[in-house]
Amino acid sequence: MNYFLSEELNDIRELCSDIAEKYIIPVRAELDEENRFPGEIIKVMADSDLCGIYIPEEFGGSAEMFGGGSMALCVATEELSKACGGVAVSFAANALGAMPILISGSEEQKRKYLPQLASGEKLAAFALTEPEAGSDAGGVKTRAVKDGDSYVLNGTKQWITNGGEAQIYTVIAQTDPSRGARGLSAFIVEEGTPGFSYGKKEDKMGIRASATRELIFEDCRVPAGNLIAREGFGFIVAMKTLDRSRPGVAAQALGIAQGALDEAARYASERVQFGKRIDSFQGVQFMLADMATQIEAARALVYSTARMIDAGERKFEKESAMAKVFASDVAMRVTTDAVQILGGYGYMKEYPVEKMMRDAKITQIYEGTNQIQRSVIASAVIKETAAGSRG
Amino acid sequence: MRMVVAVKQVPDTAEVRIDEERGTLIREGVPSILNPFDEYALEEALKWRDQLGGIVTVVTMGPPQAEDVLREAISMGADEAILLSDRAFAGADTWATSHTLARAVAKMGDVDVVLTGKQAIDGDTAQTGPGIAASLDWPQITFVGKVRELNRETITAERYVEGGCEVVRSSLPVVITVLKDANTPRLPSLRGKMKARKMEIPVWGAADLELAAEEAGLDGSPTRVVRIMTPETAAGGEIHRGEPDELARIIVDHLLGKEEE
Repeated sequence: MNYFLSEELNDIRELCSDIAEKYIIPVRAELDEENRFPGEIIKVMADSDLCGIYIPEEFGGSAEMFGGGSMALCVATEELSKACGGVAVSFAANALGAMPILISGSEEQKRKYLPQLASGEKLAAFALTEPEAGSDAGGVKTRAVKDGDSYVLNGTKQWITNGGEAQIYTVIAQTDPSRGARGLSAFIVEEGTPGFSYGKKEDKMGIRASATRELIFEDCRVPAGNLIAREGFGFIVAMKTLDRSRPGVAAQALGIAQGALDEAARYASERVQFGKRIDSFQGVQFMLADMATQIEAARALVYSTARMIDAGERKFEKESAMAKVFASDVAMRVTTDAVQILGGYGYMKEYPVEKMMRDAKITQIYEGTNQIQRSVIASAVIKETAAGSRG
Repeated sequence: MRMVVAVKQVPDTAEVRIDEERGTLIREGVPSILNPFDEYALEEALKWRDQLGGIVTVVTMGPPQAEDVLREAISMGADEAILLSDRAFAGADTWATSHTLARAVAKMGDVDVVLTGKQAIDGDTAQTGPGIAASLDWPQITFVGKVRELNRETITAERYVEGGCEVVRSSLPVVITVLKDANTPRLPSLRGKMKARKMEIPVWGAADLELAAEEAGLDGSPTRVVRIMTPETAAGGEIHRGEPDELARIIVDHLLGKEEE
């Protein structure tokens, strides 16, 4: 379908497609097998000016060129994900880590941190999840206690994407346990801060090229100037961050699904059984048709949401959740069907679709499980109905 | 440092058809790309510019659509581009092409280094680079696998030749032709792509280069392609085993026998 992307957005697509072909596809199986972070590929992206596409020009980025940055990020993430969901998330997680600063950071924080991220000189990560606080973000146990002109952090963050690879972390911690979610605050913590260390690196089912690691804070002293917004605003910062980043997860799912369809369609056009190409059998044809249709519907939803955000709409948590839920469910179905179309070969690591199926699964889980997304969507629907403003 | 990279637009595919009568390539309908070897020449120029400062200009001779490869070079980081295009340039062989390119280099003035790929993947002659040097009466270093040093006065480069490597030093200005061993060409950047789309590319014709009709294009080309064919591969050969003395005698006898023929 023609979405009439601007020339600038097409530049992003072309560039990411070149990077995928030259730098990602040749090594994706190896990165997956070895659980290896694609630092050198991120460097290529930085050299191609891709790291700043969601950051405004005044902070070293180029978001204005693409009409905002949300669509730019979606197009880049989709294209990279066609080749490898693990590499794509390593790139996109920087935007997630930078988002609290972009949305709620002070002018000084923006000036200090965003240019380093826009140039790709440094990487970022967002740290919310803990062993006992996942979907229930209000359950965060990491403590931040004010002491003079600094905060002292204690606690452990879990499953942090880009953990150990990023240099700039945005961390959600509890400053007032008596207030629950309203006692949370957001902080910027730099790598190398005394008391901040990395825990174990996770061995994952999919997106194995990406780094997922524990962050450990032991009497870690952070300047008070690193507090984002004000004390007690951490939960709001986190929710706004996730509302903005979910179309990115949706774009990742979309790319993985498209990559799987491309593989399945190509295979079906070459594989001969009963003396015929298998794409001449209606059973396979209907599968391909359903895969393509679901992907296009997901793309329409993802792009519409991203454009809505770029256009400056202030309320988009429902649409963000819809895009994420729909695209990730599509990715899981389509990659499963792609494995089915490739049959025995699809189940083998020699072909890329089994990895795509493993990579797809996480998109239904992270940045808010699809069950949580459905709750978000439902509560929006219920609220709209009560207010008589459905549609 | 001012560097000029002479590039060529070539057909993308190996499935190029040949005009049997004229013995030339049929280029119509075949997608065109930047000659892959020229990408290494461009990267080498960009690399040294990034280090030393200066300007990299890409130049190509060709029809108006050859502008595409110039834009591609700009998107990779070249500073400016010039298209040499004129009906009078049509049908040029490597002689006329090098002559035309050399004129453009002379017109630019103050050029320190001209770089080209070792050869183009369509004609495979490897003559244009040396031709530019000859026409300008500049020194040349061909088949450069590594530029060891480049400064305002001299260049030191490794030529990868059959069976070894020659280290050559030359004064500037100089023409070098670059091998793929030299570097890994960078990808375009987003800013480069945008610059490439907006850039006005000047077009120089025969009059701009003060080229007379008999110096350019078909009229300026002494080469005639007589025939294109697949060479027969040398067959067989003899294998002898034995002591060195004995083998030497066999070879000497063989060579003497040949000489008598």
